[in-house]
Amino acid sequence: MMNFLIRRLIIALLVAITVSIVGFGLLRFSGDLASLLAGENATAEDVARISQAYGLDRPIYIQYLDWVWNALRGDLGKSLFTHEPVSELIMTRIGVTATLAFAALAVGLAIAIPLGVLAAVKANTWVDRTALVISVAGQATPNFWFALILIYVFGVWWRQATVWGYKLSEITILGLQLSGLPISGSATWQHFVMPVATLATTIMPALMRLTRTGMLEVLSSDYVRTARAKGLSQTSVLFKHSLRNAILPVVSLAAVQLGFLLGGSVIVETIFALNGVGFLAIRSIERIDFPVVQSILVFLACTYIVLTLFSDLINAKLDPRVRLS
Amino acid sequence: MTRADSGASQTSEPVIDVSGLNVDISVPAGILHAVSDVSFSVGPAETLSLVGESGCGKTITSLAMMRLLPRSAKLTARHIRFDGMDITNYTEKDMTRLRGNRMGMIFQDPMTSLNPVYRIGDQLEEVYMRHRNASRKEARERASFLLEKVGIINPAQRLTQFPHQLSGGLRQRMMIAMMLMCEPKLLIADEPTTALDVTVQVQILQLLRSLQKEFSMAIVLITHNLGVVARMADKVAIMYAGKVVEQGSVQDVFDRPTHPYTRGLLECIPRHGLTAGHDKLGSIPGIVPSLVGKVTGCSFRNRCLHAEEVCAMRDVALRPVKDNHDYRCLFSPEELAGAREGVAAQ
Repeated sequence: MMNFLIRRLIIALLVAITVSIVGFGLLRFSGDLASLLAGENATAEDVARISQAYGLDRPIYIQYLDWVWNALRGDLGKSLFTHEPVSELIMTRIGVTATLAFAALAVGLAIAIPLGVLAAVKANTWVDRTALVISVAGQATPNFWFALILIYVFGVWWRQATVWGYKLSEITILGLQLSGLPISGSATWQHFVMPVATLATTIMPALMRLTRTGMLEVLSSDYVRTARAKGLSQTSVLFKHSLRNAILPVVSLAAVQLGFLLGGSVIVETIFALNGVGFLAIRSIERIDFPVVQSILVFLACTYIVLTLFSDLINAKLDPRVRLS
Repeated sequence: MTRADSGASQTSEPVIDVSGLNVDISVPAGILHAVSDVSFSVGPAETLSLVGESGCGKTITSLAMMRLLPRSAKLTARHIRFDGMDITNYTEKDMTRLRGNRMGMIFQDPMTSLNPVYRIGDQLEEVYMRHRNASRKEARERASFLLEKVGIINPAQRLTQFPHQLSGGLRQRMMIAMMLMCEPKLLIADEPTTALDVTVQVQILQLLRSLQKEFSMAIVLITHNLGVVARMADKVAIMYAGKVVEQGSVQDVFDRPTHPYTRGLLECIPRHGLTAGHDKLGSIPGIVPSLVGKVTGCSFRNRCLHAEEVCAMRDVALRPVKDNHDYRCLFSPEELAGAREGVAAQ
């Protein structure tokens, strides 16, 4: 187990270094940052001054090493616009994004796993078909559309939105102008009900189908027949002997989806006016706030790396054979 | 060589007594008559061997006794009496109390029959804990005891290992130990040695026999290997296309094979001294007929040397060659033997 952990940590570190180089490079080669910052009417002297002020005139590898060195000491630079430290900008928003992501994942798994097991046990019956319809519908619905429908139904039509922390005046414009009114850091749990429902709907179908496929395969395996020949209860056969084997690919998918939720819920954060990391990323890109953008980029990449590492460790914990390979 | 004369008790109450067992399976093409009119009984410390080609219904018969048939299968029987009780209409809940407790089953492929994610110890102990309300500690002691019984030298260490860390032979020993945790009265062994190395096969068979004596178990041994039958069984039932075509004591059936299929099977075995280099080893031409839809007449007729038109028209019941030796053919044993010599003379 120790060897396994060390190998995975080394791989994770190599991936992190690669990602930081690629991320840093992409941003630098996307255009001349100094002239973008200086604006359209700037003179050549202005551009040169800005270039020097931000250290953009140095060779790119020096800039990279400088940035990495500072980052390792916890200094990610300052926002070009608000002049707040980037680490602070991210830390104040990560709470909102993480709450949203973990809650959506928990809700998604809580629905997907029992439903997937049920669909496999009742394969090819109306129960299975119903589960299939639910998952196809969930998969086919774009989440921004579903979010707007939720707002319309509960906010405009049923007028329940105050219960969930939104003022009616915010709602009636149907989200499109809400992006101007982020509730900075003041979101209560009620604000999360609709966004979590939206995101859980997005991730649930794939998890559910994967659980069903895995269970179907495992249920017809020899060792499940052995478990039944031992006279074990249906609960033990399904959840002790089958699910643990069937869940391995679901763990990996859930890790990828959590990464997607931590970095990719930009649209949902925008529609529901939650001031999370995704929202910050969009704002910073619009304003060419490159210290913030490159930090978020690397931050999200590291999130993925950590999650993949975790899913590998969980799988190794669940399946002794993984530890060997 | 055979065990028929080894003195297994014939008079005591049978452990399992199957009568008129039918299993029909729904398949896309219709109803598959996987097992038709199978009857047999096995007493304590006695071994019955079910023999036949793949698809002849021997595995389905054994799964029917455990009531582990797939959902698409429908079971009917005059009775399936286990230890004096008719379990034909037992609910799933009733059956879970019997399985692993008073009847056990081991399977063909030990490589896939153990759960890969749990330690051997967990998999053995849970049987005992479930059926005997035992504590983890008692179950562990019992598991160590049984691993010693199945010839494992360092039980404490083996119990903490995972299946992938063991060889095929060891895994089959683990399966046997697991199924013996509660000392079942009946052990069904579905080709327990087919997937193993030849040297290991003999060890496992010897082990099963010594354990049978010790625990006085009835064994139903499924195999397609007549050598295994001769070594292990007291009684044998030869199955073909879902039906028993001949059954009796191993000695009777091997000494006086009567049904053409049984004879064909026995001729497929090379025998030292009898099968000389220039002789052709026997084989049975043709293939097993489809069992989907209504089957009339003898199923073996399209492969049989003696077949006549009448074989296609009449269903044949089992009839005696002598006491406790039955066969399923329209022709008398003498006719079959005579025709055979005629063929041989040509």
